[in-house]
Amino acid sequence: MQLDQLYQEIILDHYKHPHGRGLRDAEDPQARVAEAHHVNPTCGDEITVRVATDGDRLADISYDGLGCSISQASASVLHELLTGRGAGEAFAVHQAFVELMSGRGQVTPDEDVLGDGVAFAGVARYPARVKCALLPWMAFKDAAARAGVGASPTEVKA
Amino acid sequence: MTTTAIPEGMPQYDDVPRFDVAAVRADFPILDRLVNGHRLVYLDSANTSHKPRQVLDVLTEHYALHNANVSRSVHTLGTEATEAYEGARAKVAAFVNAPSVDEVVFTKNSTEAINIVAYAFSNASLRPDADPRFRLGPGDEIVISEMEHHSNIVPWQLLAERTGATLRWFPVTDSGRLDESGLAELVTERTKIVSLVHTSNILGTVNATARITERVRQVGALLLLDCSQSVPHMPVDVVDLDADFIVFTGHKMCGPTGIGVLWGRGELLAAMPPVFGGGSMIETVSMARSTFAAPPARFEAGTPPIAEAVALGAAVDYLTGIGMRAVQWHEKELTAYALDALATVPELRIFGPAVPVGRGGTISFALGDVHPHDVGQVLDALGVQVRVGHHCAKPVCTRFGVPAMTRASFYLYTTTEEIDALVAGLEQVRKVFD
Repeated sequence: MQLDQLYQEIILDHYKHPHGRGLRDAEDPQARVAEAHHVNPTCGDEITVRVATDGDRLADISYDGLGCSISQASASVLHELLTGRGAGEAFAVHQAFVELMSGRGQVTPDEDVLGDGVAFAGVARYPARVKCALLPWMAFKDAAARAGVGASPTEVKA
Repeated sequence: MTTTAIPEGMPQYDDVPRFDVAAVRADFPILDRLVNGHRLVYLDSANTSHKPRQVLDVLTEHYALHNANVSRSVHTLGTEATEAYEGARAKVAAFVNAPSVDEVVFTKNSTEAINIVAYAFSNASLRPDADPRFRLGPGDEIVISEMEHHSNIVPWQLLAERTGATLRWFPVTDSGRLDESGLAELVTERTKIVSLVHTSNILGTVNATARITERVRQVGALLLLDCSQSVPHMPVDVVDLDADFIVFTGHKMCGPTGIGVLWGRGELLAAMPPVFGGGSMIETVSMARSTFAAPPARFEAGTPPIAEAVALGAAVDYLTGIGMRAVQWHEKELTAYALDALATVPELRIFGPAVPVGRGGTISFALGDVHPHDVGQVLDALGVQVRVGHHCAKPVCTRFGVPAMTRASFYLYTTTEEIDALVAGLEQVRKVFD
C-alpha cells in the first residue's frame, strides 16, 4: 500500500515517542541561546526550535510544536541527528535532508548521513507534505543563525 | 438516518422535490476517475465543486464559436459575446431573484466582491461629498462574526486600519451557532456595516439573519451577506433576505473558477464610488479627470472573465433545471445520514451543529488527537478527498481550541455510499495512528 511509503514505522515511532521534545534552558550559562518560530500558513502547523551553542558546537536543540505526524517526527529526528554535533557537520546533514526532500522521490538517501531521516524519502513523493517535513529544519536553520552558527543572521527573516 | 413519523396534515417527506442522483453523477465526467487506485469519493465541494458536462461544453463552445471582447465591438462576434455575457448576468440575477439585472456585478470571486465593497467605503471616506452611508472614521464600527472566512475578516480589518473605524464581531456558541445574545450592544447607531456569513464554510451553520436584519435596519447600517456557501446549496432570494449586498462565487456552484458575483441594491451601487479604474467603467475620460459609468459597469474595469461568466450562466441553468429546493433537500438528507454515521466512529468530535437543522452539508471534525493532515492523507490513499487545515477560518479553530480540522462537504452529486466510504476510511486512520 502506497501509504506505507509515507508513514514508515520509523516516522510513526518518532511521532508517538518524540525525542528531545520540550523547550529547555541551556545547561551552560555561557551558552548562546536563540530560537525561531515557524508556521506553515497553509495548514497552521507551528514549531519553535531553540538552539544552544557552545562555540561551534550545537550543545542542545530543543523544540515544541503543534502539527501533523510528519512535521513532529521530523523535529524529533532533527534533534536526534544534530544535537551535540559541530556546526559544519550539522549543516552537511541539513543540506542532505533538504536535498532529499526537494528530490521528488528521485534522491537515494545515505543512511550514514541521515540516520532515521532516510525514512522521509517517501514523504518527498508527496509535494503537499514536503513543507511539513521541512518546517522544523527551516526553523532550526534560523535559530542556529541567531545563535551564531551557520547562515549569516542577515539572511534570516525576522 | 433516523426517520420520525410526521403528523398527518403536515408536509410529508414525499412532498419534497427530488432528483435522480445517478443521472446527475453521469453529468460530471470527473466522478468516473480513479484516485490512488480507488473510485473517487469527492467530499470537498465546499472548497470547489465539480463541473457538469453542460457547463464544460458551454465554456468550450464560447471559445470555439463566439470568442470576442465584450461591450466595445460592432462586429458580429463581439455582439454574440456581449449578448452571451449579458445573458449570463440576467440568468444570475433571476437565480437570486435580484429586482434588476444591473444589480449583478461580475467579479473574480467572493473575496474580490467583498473587497470592492470595503474599498468603496474606503474611497468614500476620503471624499467629503460621498454618500454618508459609506463614509467611515473614528467612532464608526464594522461588525462581522467569529465564524467568518478570512475573506470576510481581512478586508474589514484593513478598512478599519485605513479609516480609524473599529472592528467588532459576534461570538460563536459552543454548539457552533452565532451568538446573538449581545445583538443590541453589538449593532448600534455607530455601526455602518454588518458583514456576515450566511452559511459557514467550516461549521456548516446556516445563520438565521432575520433578527440581525431587523436590528441593522433599526440603526440605519448596511448588511452584507457572504453567500459563497449558501447560493450553491439552497434557494437564495435577495428580496426575501432583505440584505443590501450579497457575494458568491461561481466555482462552488458548478461553474468555472475566476468568476464571482457582487449583488447590491441598485440604489446603493449607484451611490458607491468606483474601486478599480480602467476601461469599460467610464462615462468619459479627459487627461485631467474622468466620469464613471453606472453600475454594474462602474465596478467591472477591464476585460472581464467573459467565458467564465457565460459558463456560470450555464451552471445556473443546470442548477435551476434540477431545482434548488431539491438540491437543498438532498443535502439535508445526506447531512442527517452523515451526522448519524460519524457518531459511530469512536473518538470523533464534530465542530458545529450536531443536528441537521439550521446547518448545511459541511461537517468538520477531529478524530482523537490524530492531526487532520494525517487523517486527510490516509483518506486520500483510499480515494476519499476531504479538506484539512484551518479552512481559511482560523478564528473558528482557535474558538474550538484546535489548530486544524478535517472537513467533509457534500453537494448534489454526493451519495450515502460516499459517506460510508468516509466512515470506513476513518477506521483505517485509527488503525494507522492507534
